[in-house]
Amino acid sequence: MTRRFIQQWDLQILVIPAIIMIFIFSYIPMWGVLTAFQDYSPAKGFLGSEWVGFKHFRMFFNAPEFWQIMRNTIVISLLKLFIAFPAPIVLALMLNEVKNAAFKRLVQTISYLPHFISWVIVSGFVISLLSVDNGSVNILMQKVNLIDEPVHWLSIPEYFWSILISTGIWKDIGFGAIVYLAAIAGVDPSMYEAASIDGAGRFRQLVSITIPSIAPVIIIFLILQVGQILNAGFEEILLLTNQGQNVVLRPVAETIDTYVYRVGIENYRFSYATAAGLFKSVISVGLLVIANKIARKLGNSSLW
Amino acid sequence: MKRSLEDHFIDIVVYTFLFLLAVVTLYPFWNSLVISFNSGNDTAAGGITIWPREFTMENYKYVLKDVRLVNAFWITVARTVVGTFLSIMFTAMFAYGMSRRGLIGKKFYMIMCVITMYFSGGLIPSYLLIKDLHLMNTFWVFVIPGLISVWNMIIFRTFFMGLPDGLEESARIDGCNHINTFFRIVLPVSGPVVATLSLFTAVGHWNAWFDASIYISNQKLLPLQVLLNQTIQSIMTFESATQISATKQEFLQNAQSVTHKSIVMATTMIATIPIVMVYPFVQKYFVKGVLVGSLKE
Repeated sequence: MTRRFIQQWDLQILVIPAIIMIFIFSYIPMWGVLTAFQDYSPAKGFLGSEWVGFKHFRMFFNAPEFWQIMRNTIVISLLKLFIAFPAPIVLALMLNEVKNAAFKRLVQTISYLPHFISWVIVSGFVISLLSVDNGSVNILMQKVNLIDEPVHWLSIPEYFWSILISTGIWKDIGFGAIVYLAAIAGVDPSMYEAASIDGAGRFRQLVSITIPSIAPVIIIFLILQVGQILNAGFEEILLLTNQGQNVVLRPVAETIDTYVYRVGIENYRFSYATAAGLFKSVISVGLLVIANKIARKLGNSSLW
Repeated sequence: MKRSLEDHFIDIVVYTFLFLLAVVTLYPFWNSLVISFNSGNDTAAGGITIWPREFTMENYKYVLKDVRLVNAFWITVARTVVGTFLSIMFTAMFAYGMSRRGLIGKKFYMIMCVITMYFSGGLIPSYLLIKDLHLMNTFWVFVIPGLISVWNMIIFRTFFMGLPDGLEESARIDGCNHINTFFRIVLPVSGPVVATLSLFTAVGHWNAWFDASIYISNQKLLPLQVLLNQTIQSIMTFESATQISATKQEFLQNAQSVTHKSIVMATTMIATIPIVMVYPFVQKYFVKGVLVGSLKE
């Protein structure tokens, strides 16, 4: 074994440096999660800091903002799941109905573009379009008499969730549709022919053939999405609220992730923030496992 | 075939919706471009939508004279080039090793990789690690933590496994070891996959801001996206301030130093244009890349 290992040194030397990098940058932080059970102080370091058990978890659960953070995280996640997740599927189904190839390609090309633009720029667009004295949204809505006075959209908490979800859809609807389009392309054309002979119209074909055919793909992505659900658009929220500094929006915009960022990176409460982050990870893994179980019960597809 | 009422109805809905989607997608780009070419004082008066009112190049001249911005631009270029090159090279080497049949410990290595796709230590432990490694406020913090991408490794590996066996065998007979084979034979025939993943990685580097925003405080090392975000946030603060101040006009007169929206938009365009320019090339490849990436192991 050892001799064979040494014999293939040229193969191992390609792999081992990468494994070391993965160990350092992925596994050491996983171990570093234990900081949540300590009173970590940078001066004492990880090994020298005192162990305090579940103190920080208790503090987090009893924090006055806890329920608000949980509500925001859950509401934003559910909105993403029920509105943002189906959006690319609807787009793919619509694109599939387009017979004019040039138009289809044009729309696809345009719709992918925002995926490649940074969140910084996207947030700049949003801030600019929604601004009070210049914003195109205010100009348009005043023209069609929906509003009388320009509205300061980004300072009114009631509108924040809608803005957040719309922005997310704007950025990723086209890119998200790619997988579903590929799945639709894989559907056997003879099924449509047969349905057509039986007198099924286009809508009927969509419901009875296309959607059931791509259901396994949808379910796989749904499960993956459920595992990601509590991430709730971290970068996006951070950028639309001026790195969490926007106090007016905080009651609707603070999620677990932004809270971890604010108390951890900005207030240096490392152990407390790690505890909040760990709480989120544990729930995420739990959700992933449950979603996978349900999918398997339904007999369709599962991740493992 | 005769078209039914249903056909017409579906066509109208679909074409209208898709047309609107295209307009809504493009409008923010166009509007920002227009504002960036409109005179700053005029923009402040409001009402710029699809055509500039007072065309000017001044905003771009102003931005390109700003030493901090030019410096940030070059930082971004440097992190994109160095970060992409090193990441693709080390990831491809890794993937090639992982694609060879005889590799001892392959299963263990693979499990190690897959676990990282589902679990991570989270923000704070990673932050503390970077701090302990003394990578804060260094250029290498942009490059080293993301050096190995497990996703890219899997895509590379799938590609390498699909290469004909004869390719490697003939190189081995000629006395090449695996390292030589990789660099002399395998890498040169992997053009398309290297190009695709490089473009994706490069776009990621170009767009990254969060790592810099938490790890970098040295002004000289700030990348473009971070500086852009600072100027964008200044419009927000400016707007809130105008709401508070007695009259807007008064505030405008007192605040000549506040960044004009037109200048912010010129900066935005400078950060956007390179992406829009490489976009046709990325687009050619990425559909394939996404599909390979979404296949499960």
